[in-house]
Amino acid sequence: MKKARETFMHILFLIAACTSILAVVLICVFLFSGGVPAMLEIGVFKFLFGTIWKPGNNLYGIFPMIIGSLYVTAGAILFGVPLGLLAAVFMARFCPKTLYRILKPAIELMAGIPSVIYGFFALVVIVPWVKNTFGGRGQSILAAALLLGFMILPTIIEVTEAAIRAVPNSYYEGGLALGASHERSVFFALLPGARSGILAGIVLGIGRAIGETMAVMMIVGNQPRIPGSILEGCRTLTTNIVMEMGYAADLHKEALIATAVVLFVFILIINLSFSALKRRGK
Amino acid sequence: MEKIEKTDMIEKKDKFTIGNLDLYYGDFHALKGINLNIRPNEITAFIGPSGCGKSTLLKSLNRMNDLVEGCRITGQVLLDGEDIYGDMNVNLLRKRVGMVFQKPNPFPMSIYDNIAFGPRTHGITNKAKLDEIVENSLRSAAIWDELKDRLKKSALGLSGGQQQRLCIARALAVEPEVILMDEPTSALDPISTSKIEDLAVELKDRYTIIMVTHNMQQAARISDKTAFFLLGEMVEFGETDQIFSVPKDTRTENYITGRFG
Amino acid sequence: MRKDFLSRLLRFLVWAAAIITMSLLILLVGYILINGIPHLKASLFDLNYTSDNVSMLPSIINTVLMTIISLLIAAPIGICSAIYLVEYAKRGNKLVEVVRITAETLSGIPSIVYGLFGAIFFVTVLGWGLSLLSGAFTMAIMILPLIMRTTEEALKSVPDSYREGSFGLGAGRLRTIFRVVLPSAVPGILSGVILAIGRVVGETAALMFTAGTVAKLPKSILSSTRTLSVHMYTLANEGLHVDEAYATAVVLLVIVILINGLSSLVAKRLGKGE
Repeated sequence: MKKARETFMHILFLIAACTSILAVVLICVFLFSGGVPAMLEIGVFKFLFGTIWKPGNNLYGIFPMIIGSLYVTAGAILFGVPLGLLAAVFMARFCPKTLYRILKPAIELMAGIPSVIYGFFALVVIVPWVKNTFGGRGQSILAAALLLGFMILPTIIEVTEAAIRAVPNSYYEGGLALGASHERSVFFALLPGARSGILAGIVLGIGRAIGETMAVMMIVGNQPRIPGSILEGCRTLTTNIVMEMGYAADLHKEALIATAVVLFVFILIINLSFSALKRRGK
Repeated sequence: MEKIEKTDMIEKKDKFTIGNLDLYYGDFHALKGINLNIRPNEITAFIGPSGCGKSTLLKSLNRMNDLVEGCRITGQVLLDGEDIYGDMNVNLLRKRVGMVFQKPNPFPMSIYDNIAFGPRTHGITNKAKLDEIVENSLRSAAIWDELKDRLKKSALGLSGGQQQRLCIARALAVEPEVILMDEPTSALDPISTSKIEDLAVELKDRYTIIMVTHNMQQAARISDKTAFFLLGEMVEFGETDQIFSVPKDTRTENYITGRFG
Repeated sequence: MRKDFLSRLLRFLVWAAAIITMSLLILLVGYILINGIPHLKASLFDLNYTSDNVSMLPSIINTVLMTIISLLIAAPIGICSAIYLVEYAKRGNKLVEVVRITAETLSGIPSIVYGLFGAIFFVTVLGWGLSLLSGAFTMAIMILPLIMRTTEEALKSVPDSYREGSFGLGAGRLRTIFRVVLPSAVPGILSGVILAIGRVVGETAALMFTAGTVAKLPKSILSSTRTLSVHMYTLANEGLHVDEAYATAVVLLVIVILINGLSSLVAKRLGKGE
């Protein structure tokens, strides 16, 4: 009786553990079966490298969106990584204790603020600022890159800070013992030891940036063409889906699912490199 | 598993009969051919340097080694003639063979609930009965007077020595026959240590006590029998007085006189 | 001792980075509060949504319902799953590896992909339509890895001595888990669950195509509903109700701040318990 209950619960826990496997399998199956046929119908090459997206004329090339996603993400990395990295070093090694008690929850809050709020803030603050400072329409790659750089800060700071804290203190002390200043010891003795952790944080940040949808959609302009400058608007993979999913049908809808497949593959690659880096860090 | 004729091994009065016990952690041979009989109502001390296998042997007496992955056991351990690695229900075994750990490990709940955890586990739900068990156990562990007014308070607020006596009371509450003590005083100050030692001596009238200790004076002070272990082997076993005065094996003598370890 | 130039520069840079980061956050929160609070008015909290009053109260109630239902699905599964990983699985178990990898994958998937999957699977294949139910299931999958991870960490932080003590008294595995291990892990699990609530409250992309955008109270679990974030997005995107959008942003932001505060408050109790 007691034994039976133990066995029953053991199996129940086991089944629960398998749920996430089931979820990933379901997502893969439905995404791929919904998107791959369309990709084949359009032609994989034409789909991935076609430069014109005009569903009305049966033209489905997502190359502009791939470029758009890459531009926006690269911009976010450019702004977000140096800032996040330095801020993480500050949190781990320079921050006075009392200040830390305020900063740590503040960073956690940044991670918790919904994307619509970030998007709205960017729409009313960053977009007008870009427009007034650099000209153009304001809704642009630059605005999106600035916003995403801001949005990935908490991710980068949290992962990097943890990585720095995980480095044995003896590295730092070794630096000090050689007569190096606190700053030099941290940057040149401690940081190299946290290399893979820091890289993992950046990769995770890239994942966040490339997957962000609503906030980007509100400020990136969403024109499905290859942008000529960072002050022009563009469309990303994610926003392409949201823009048209509401009314798409048939091949058009499948082409959007196929867009998600491309995005999904990007994310898988990013995730795998993240886990690989994390494992190497250990 | 090697079968040993039970009738050859058991002297009726022995509580534990350990025959040809070998234990492996993965590839590591942690216990080598242990043969040992433990008498009831005595304190048996296991001594030896760290890593000699004394704690491992203790834990194989109530199958706590089952929790360790890659642990393999051959040979026989009989409790009152019954093979504990045979058909015996492991939870009932642990009810009969209680354990007190190196570091006091009260559960994060009230003093009362700590003591009542064991009896409740074994099906006692009657409030009056539980009250009685709690009081008796705490009295037996000589800590009732200190704690009787704060039974509902968290056990984590007690001092280390009090926590350890609480853990002893907790072990007593399931009415065990044997109490295994794994270096029960190593985390305590001298005053708490002597209280625990006095308690152990008091308890041996009713229970069989097996104690692992690092502290040779402790073994000499309170135990009736002592077993000395080295590198997974039992080097010598005998009356405590004899072991500490005229050890038969030079390795035992070296250890006791502090030449290594 | 006067420090060399590089040291001073590095010190300046890390301080500057921290100050910029904080200023950005303060700017965001402050800007929204200052512009939004004056526009908070009673009509925004009317039980009936009309295109004139753009009341957010129905959306708030929808958000609460959405959160409750998705937690009812995800929390038991996530917690049981973590129990298996920590308390049952043996080291080097292949299944555990696979579960870890899939959970990591799930936590990296962008919300729009969840939205699309939900739109295909729950809305179309299972035929639940744009509904509270479709949205909640989609959310449940999305927060599952978060609940799993935080529960796993909470369980791991319970000292093994508790487990040994319980087993040593003859308690079985289930009793040990439910009476000793889980109670000690509650604060950690709870703080994870609260974070998950934050995710549901803040989500937009995954809900637009699964729960829909109807800004009224649902009649049943199969009614289409709009959560507060989706409501906020709609207002901001239409551009017709900018003042109301600010006010809505204030409410959403305050809710998120409260949830975050609650989560770290609960998590702190964990530290004290030991």
